[in-house]
Amino acid sequence: MDIKSLKNYLYWLYCQFELITCSYLMEPWEKLLFYTFNITMLVMVLYTAYIFVPVHISTAFQFFLHLLGNQHENTYHENLE
Amino acid sequence: MANPSAVCNGHLHHHHHQKQNNILKSGIYKKNGITKGMKKNGVSNGTLHKKTITEHFEQAPMYVAVLTFLGFGVGTIFGYLRDFMRAWGLEKRNVAAEREQQKDFVPLYQDFENFYTRNLYMRIRDNWNRPICSVPGPQFDLMERVTDDYNWTFRFTGRTIKNVINMGSYNYLGFAETDVNALKTVTIELQKYGTGICSTRQEMGTLDKHVELEKLVAKFLGVEDAMVFGMGFATNSMNIPALVGKGCLILSDELNHTSLVLGARLSGATIRIFKHNNMQSLEKLLRDAIIYGQPRSRRAWRKILILVEGIYSMEGSIVRLPEIVSLKKKYKAYLYLDEAHSIGAVGATGRGVVEYFGMSPDDVDVLMGTFTKSFGAAGGYIAGKKDLVDFLRTHSHSAVYATSMCPPVAEQIIRAMKCLMGLDGTTQGLQRVRQLGKNTRYFRRRLHEMGFIIYGNDDSPVVPLLLYMPGKIGAFARRMLEKNIGVVVVGFPATPITESRARFCVSAAHTREMLDTRGLKADVSGLFHSRCSSQRTKIW
Repeated sequence: MDIKSLKNYLYWLYCQFELITCSYLMEPWEKLLFYTFNITMLVMVLYTAYIFVPVHISTAFQFFLHLLGNQHENTYHENLE
Repeated sequence: MANPSAVCNGHLHHHHHQKQNNILKSGIYKKNGITKGMKKNGVSNGTLHKKTITEHFEQAPMYVAVLTFLGFGVGTIFGYLRDFMRAWGLEKRNVAAEREQQKDFVPLYQDFENFYTRNLYMRIRDNWNRPICSVPGPQFDLMERVTDDYNWTFRFTGRTIKNVINMGSYNYLGFAETDVNALKTVTIELQKYGTGICSTRQEMGTLDKHVELEKLVAKFLGVEDAMVFGMGFATNSMNIPALVGKGCLILSDELNHTSLVLGARLSGATIRIFKHNNMQSLEKLLRDAIIYGQPRSRRAWRKILILVEGIYSMEGSIVRLPEIVSLKKKYKAYLYLDEAHSIGAVGATGRGVVEYFGMSPDDVDVLMGTFTKSFGAAGGYIAGKKDLVDFLRTHSHSAVYATSMCPPVAEQIIRAMKCLMGLDGTTQGLQRVRQLGKNTRYFRRRLHEMGFIIYGNDDSPVVPLLLYMPGKIGAFARRMLEKNIGVVVVGFPATPITESRARFCVSAAHTREMLDTRGLKADVSGLFHSRCSSQRTKIW
């Protein structure tokens, strides 16, 4: 039952996508073109995210750590003075 | 399309006491024991009548507007792509194009409307101009047609789709019928007079049938005299030029029908538009007209004519007649009321918006209507004071040049009107009007409960259901046809480009089961996710 309702739900989502982006009105070759373009864009965005997001996050993390670390050191030294 | 003055949070509560009508007709009423004359100053809503107007023009949530634009964007991009391919010969050209010799002339087909027609309308063209092959009653038969090249050409398969529920015909009272008993008098007249008149009203085209019909129409509406014409559109476009001319001012509603617009333009008068059903806008225009007069010479206008309709067919809204009448009396303008959709459809006994608001027909200067909608015939009428109608008999373009109404059609109107007035001895007419009212309220309530956005007044039998996105227009009509329901969908240019809709016309001939089927099948359009109304829980 769950699989069936899930499949129905996915079909409903696909229909919504078709109606909203007017791909319901397109001829088959136009649909092919449109979907190819969309999927290509999506894959490129995901690939870019996969490559760059971990590097960006770790750089940002290091930057904040450095900032906080500096503060700690400064206050530590001030306390010592 | 939020129109703040049109939305009113109120309970619809209806007073149709005969006493009320009589008192209003005489113009005096007692309030708190003090007798007051008809209010002369100020535009008031609710003091002259006890009816609160409940109209809905709900705006869709923001994401719907965004998605609509997205849909149009994609459609436009692909439209440009197809145009490019057509121009460079990569695709066969099915469109109208200029000839080789005219390539250097001013281009004919480059404007937006032609672009839209070529690239968006053609894709869903199979939902319009569907040929039917039976009487358009509550159900009809459709000829099945298919297309092989994406709607550029059609061919008929030879089959007919039977008993499609009809939600598109203006058959408000159900007089479009083929019952032999009902059409007995029409058959007799057809055998007596034949079908053609072959003449205009002023030459040899005035028959005793026309005289009988005109007397009956005048009696039905409660006015002095009436004149009938062969075509409803032509009634407007040919008679407004006879009534106003240069040096006159026409104040016309934003959403008036093409026939009124054409008549106004043909007359040569100055036209000013006021916002739809917006009394403040109308009053401002009236004041400016009287204060400033004609544009250059500053003379007073010869005549000021206000053009409004009883029910607006694309919105389902009803005109605010009491306020317009009080405005017209204050500023001494004339009122032309086009009751094409409202005659027979609203009012306690089907006499139109004048009766709906409990007003006297003397308040409106020119009452115009058509017989196409509620009476199941063809043609139009203009009614009012005898001087007005006598003037039109001599000066109307339609009377001089257009063929008059043919006798069987006139007889159909006579029998429908007699049935409505109760003169044929039965209460069938009143039953039809009541049934229409019940069907309308039930239908609107069900659609509202399902969460669709519906425009218009609660009492109007025209029900526009908003679809918004261009992809849904074609899909909705096709799905409905698959479920054996015939609907009319409307998009640009008949409506604003982002507000495409499906328009239902409720009929007295629809049974509760038919409306239920329709209602439940609309549930299938949960697929369409048109349920974006936020007033789901409103209980009537």
